Amino acid sequence: MKKQEALYDYALRLGDNSLVLGHRLAELCSKGPILEEDLALTNMALDHIGRAQAFLGYAAQVEGKNKTADDLAYKRGERSFYNNLIMELPDKDFASTIARQLIVSAFEFFLYTELMKSKDETIAAISAKAVKEVRYHLAHSSDWTCRLGEGTELSHTKMQRAINDVWMFTEELFEMNEVDKLLIKEGIAVDLDSLKPQWLNHIKEVIEEATLVLPESGYMQTGSRKGIHTEYLGHILSEMQYLQRAYPTAQW
Amino acid sequence: MVIAVYTKEDIFDILSTIPDPEIPVVSIQEMGMLRDVILSEEGCEVIITPTYTGCPAMGMIEEDIKQTLKEKGVADVKVKLVYAPAWTTDWMSSEAKEKMRKYGIAPPVSVACNKLHAFGKNEFVKCPHCNSAQTELISMFGSTACKALYKCEKCKEPFEYFKCH
Repeated sequence: MKKQEALYDYALRLGDNSLVLGHRLAELCSKGPILEEDLALTNMALDHIGRAQAFLGYAAQVEGKNKTADDLAYKRGERSFYNNLIMELPDKDFASTIARQLIVSAFEFFLYTELMKSKDETIAAISAKAVKEVRYHLAHSSDWTCRLGEGTELSHTKMQRAINDVWMFTEELFEMNEVDKLLIKEGIAVDLDSLKPQWLNHIKEVIEEATLVLPESGYMQTGSRKGIHTEYLGHILSEMQYLQRAYPTAQW
Repeated sequence: MVIAVYTKEDIFDILSTIPDPEIPVVSIQEMGMLRDVILSEEGCEVIITPTYTGCPAMGMIEEDIKQTLKEKGVADVKVKLVYAPAWTTDWMSSEAKEKMRKYGIAPPVSVACNKLHAFGKNEFVKCPHCNSAQTELISMFGSTACKALYKCEKCKEPFEYFKCH
C-alpha cells in the first residue's frame, strides 16, 4: 500500500464517520423530545455534515481523479464506506441517541485533539476546527447522560439499557489496519490504542456521575475497516443518495 | 485591467462593508472571517475562514464578496475557504461585540475557552437587555451553530449568546 492510498482511506474514514452520523442526527429534525433538543441535535448534524464536506473534499483531492466531496458522498456503494458501525445505529429512543452521542463525542474529542498535531496540514487544520465543535457535543451528551441516569426510575432504566446496547460497538472505534500502521509512521495518523484509556476514563466518569453501571465487555462487533456494515447503512444510503442516483447530473 | 486601480487596502475597505448574513449589524471583517486578499496577474483572491465547519452562511458570503467586487469593477474574483488557523471568537473586535450586544445577542465572554467542560459548566453571561448577571443557560445550541440559548432571571427575557469558540 502506498502512502497516497492510505491517506485517501484515512480521509474517507474520517469523512464517512461524519457524514453517516450527520445524516442520522439530521433525521431527528422535528422529532426531538423538546424544541431545544431538536435544535441541539440538528446543530450537531450540521457540524458533522460540514466536517464530512471538508474531509471528503480532501479525500477527493488526494485521490486525484477530479472528483468532489459530493461525488464521494453520493456515488459510492455501502461496501466502499468506511464509517464505524456505531454511526449507523438507528435512534430507538432519546436514551439511545444520547448513548451513541456520548460514546462517539468522547472518542472524537480525544481523536481530534491528537489529530491537531498531525503532520498532514489539512487533517490538522480540519481537526483543530472540529475539536472546538466536538467539545460542545461532548458537554451536551455527558450532561444528558447524567440527567437521564439521575432522573426518574424509567429514564434511568432506559439510559442504562441504551448504554448496554451500544457497548458492543465501542471496540471497533479503536481498530487499526495497515492504513493506520503506515500513517502512524509518517506522523499523520493517531495510534488509537493510546486514545482508549483517556476515552474510557471519561466514559467511566460520566457513567458513575449518572449513577449508571459500566457494561461488561462481551462480544464486540467489527467490520467497517473492511467495508462490512450493519443492515442499517444500506437503508441510510438509499435515502441519502436517492436524488443523485435518480438524476445523476442534478445540481443545487 | 481594472484591478490595477485598487490596492489590497482598497479591496479590504470594500469588503468590510459586507454584513454577516446571520448578524447583519457586524461585518464579515469585524467577525474575523475575512483573512486575506491576494492581488495578482490572474485577478483577486479573497481568503475567508468559516466560523463553524458546517456554517450555511459561507456560500452566501462567497456570493456577496463576488457581487460586491463586481459592482466596483473588479473582475476575476476567486474566493478561497481555509480552515487554518481555526477561527476563534477572540478575533472579534470589541466594537463588533458591542454592536452585537446592542442587537440583542450577548457577545462571547473574554477569551476562547479551550478547556473540556464535561458537565456543561455555564459561562458567566450577562443579559444583553438589562445587563444582569443573573442568567441561566437553557441550551448550548441555538438558532445557529454559533449561538446558545439563555434566559435572564431579572428581566425575564430569553436571549441568545454567541458562544466562545
